[in-house]
Amino acid sequence: MYHIRLMPPVDIDATVIANTRLSRDYSVLSLAAPEVGKRTAPGQFVMVKPVGVTDPLLRRPFSVFEVLRDASGTITGISILNKRAGRSTRKLYDLEPGDVVSCLGPLGLPFKPVVAPMEAWMVAGGVGLAPFATLAESLAASRTPATLFYGARTAEELFYLDFFERLGITLVVTTEDGARGTKGRVTIPLEAALKDVGASVAMVYACGPEPMLEAVAKLAARYQQPSQVSVERVMGCGLGGCYSCVVPVKHGNEEANLVRSCISGPVFDGAELVWPSTSLRPRD
Amino acid sequence: MAQDLSVSIGSLTLPNPLIAASGCFGYGLEYEQVVDLSLLGGVVSKGLFMKERQGHPPPRIVETPAGMINAIGLQGIGVHRFVKDKLPLLNKAGARTFVNVCGTTLDEYVEVCKVLSQADGVAAIELNISCPNIKEGGIQFGCSLNGTFDVVSAVRKATHLPVIPKLTPNVTDVASFARAAEDAGADAVSLVNTFLAMAIDVETRRPKISNVLGGLSGPAIRPIAVRMVWECYQLVKIPIIGMGGITDARDAIEFMLAGATAVQIGTQNFVDPFVWSKVLDGLNDYMTRHKVEKLRDLIGAFDPTPPKAVHA
Repeated sequence: MYHIRLMPPVDIDATVIANTRLSRDYSVLSLAAPEVGKRTAPGQFVMVKPVGVTDPLLRRPFSVFEVLRDASGTITGISILNKRAGRSTRKLYDLEPGDVVSCLGPLGLPFKPVVAPMEAWMVAGGVGLAPFATLAESLAASRTPATLFYGARTAEELFYLDFFERLGITLVVTTEDGARGTKGRVTIPLEAALKDVGASVAMVYACGPEPMLEAVAKLAARYQQPSQVSVERVMGCGLGGCYSCVVPVKHGNEEANLVRSCISGPVFDGAELVWPSTSLRPRD
Repeated sequence: MAQDLSVSIGSLTLPNPLIAASGCFGYGLEYEQVVDLSLLGGVVSKGLFMKERQGHPPPRIVETPAGMINAIGLQGIGVHRFVKDKLPLLNKAGARTFVNVCGTTLDEYVEVCKVLSQADGVAAIELNISCPNIKEGGIQFGCSLNGTFDVVSAVRKATHLPVIPKLTPNVTDVASFARAAEDAGADAVSLVNTFLAMAIDVETRRPKISNVLGGLSGPAIRPIAVRMVWECYQLVKIPIIGMGGITDARDAIEFMLAGATAVQIGTQNFVDPFVWSKVLDGLNDYMTRHKVEKLRDLIGAFDPTPPKAVHA
């Protein structure tokens, strides 16, 4: 039921246009990969690594953060939101313009869009902001009422707020230290908002740490809203070949099956994922 | 000069020696959107038992220096669903389909092979007697010379298809296992499966994958795999399908010089799903530069004369 026909992925040795450090840990890595940008639907991902090295050997999955355009509107590439967590993400953080990365994509199933009168509530935790910039653009284009619930560790790690405001997205932010917005987890204002609305008012989209996804999916179910969550698992290939990125999924009364999040996800119906899922390791 | 990349494994002729390794290529169909499956010498399916298997809980892989450790646990759809849902599509795509066969007992290997023998379009059977990740995954056959002989003999009697046992490197002398397989009537052997390995998270002191132990693959293992192919080549007459960390045409040629008739690419397909056309181009280029008309002339063409001393 996708409105956009999914295109096959391409593999591009993409030149780094810019690597904008947003903080000590976060950067936005902009890549000259117009063919990937043209094919991307919100929620899809790319597999990335520095070109021609065996350390790291495998690529790492990243949501497409922005589809980049020049002044005339022509698509020039994509960006990814990178958070330093391990060897590979540290190397990506340190890249400079002119460096080259292997970029395979777009991959995976995108978010299923909603249109008014249904609302779109996006729930982002930390680097889980990544898939929502393109989704917000498509929601704005279809004039779907949209809210972003966005939680970060500190005020300094709340990024791109202007970007979402310019699109007319309602912003609700939380920080763990309370320096900006509500103090605590993003699920606090989300639950408050859920209490105030009737059933099936909003599609709840979520991306972030797995405990947050579990909490959001359960809240959405409790308040009778549909949900779509974007999961992040350790992934080897991104194309369904290696079976490393599986998540337990349950349809109706069937037994749970381990399903590849690269080709059957990364976006899943929050009601069909089995919680609590097995351990999730940070990206290395 | 017309270049001939074809190779023969028993009664089977492949247009080129490049085969997608089991467990690294799904059921092949996952890759149809990026690779023309008919251009590959062959495609080996994920390992199949009679019944479906869920495999191990994640995390199932961890990256290590120039390699990766996996313990997927042979998640799979079972042979019947494979024959019904996947094989017709593989045939339609023009793939030469090798099916990796698993068993918890000797009887199960035989039964799975019988099902495949009656199916339309199976090119060969790769007998998985070497998965390091599950206790009942055939390693008890693959780590015993008698066990290897017995399971290959039993399957040999049950099918007309080429039988290719896949050997484990986790033994003292892999060549003796190749000999046991040959004696039992194998048409070829493939080697190596992954090296049993483990990785510990020193911060948490816990294993990096859920199964604790897993199989190491990737460029890190290539020199050991080349050595093992060379050892087998000196002991057996049946064709050898070599694998272990092949990333490009030079690596593939190295295995052929050591005695491999064909090669499998596994981990590199994760790194670069477009690897196949690059390796084919590289083989053509090598043949041009070295005036090789038939690629199969390189099989075992290794010259053991010591290299000249090189002074830096």
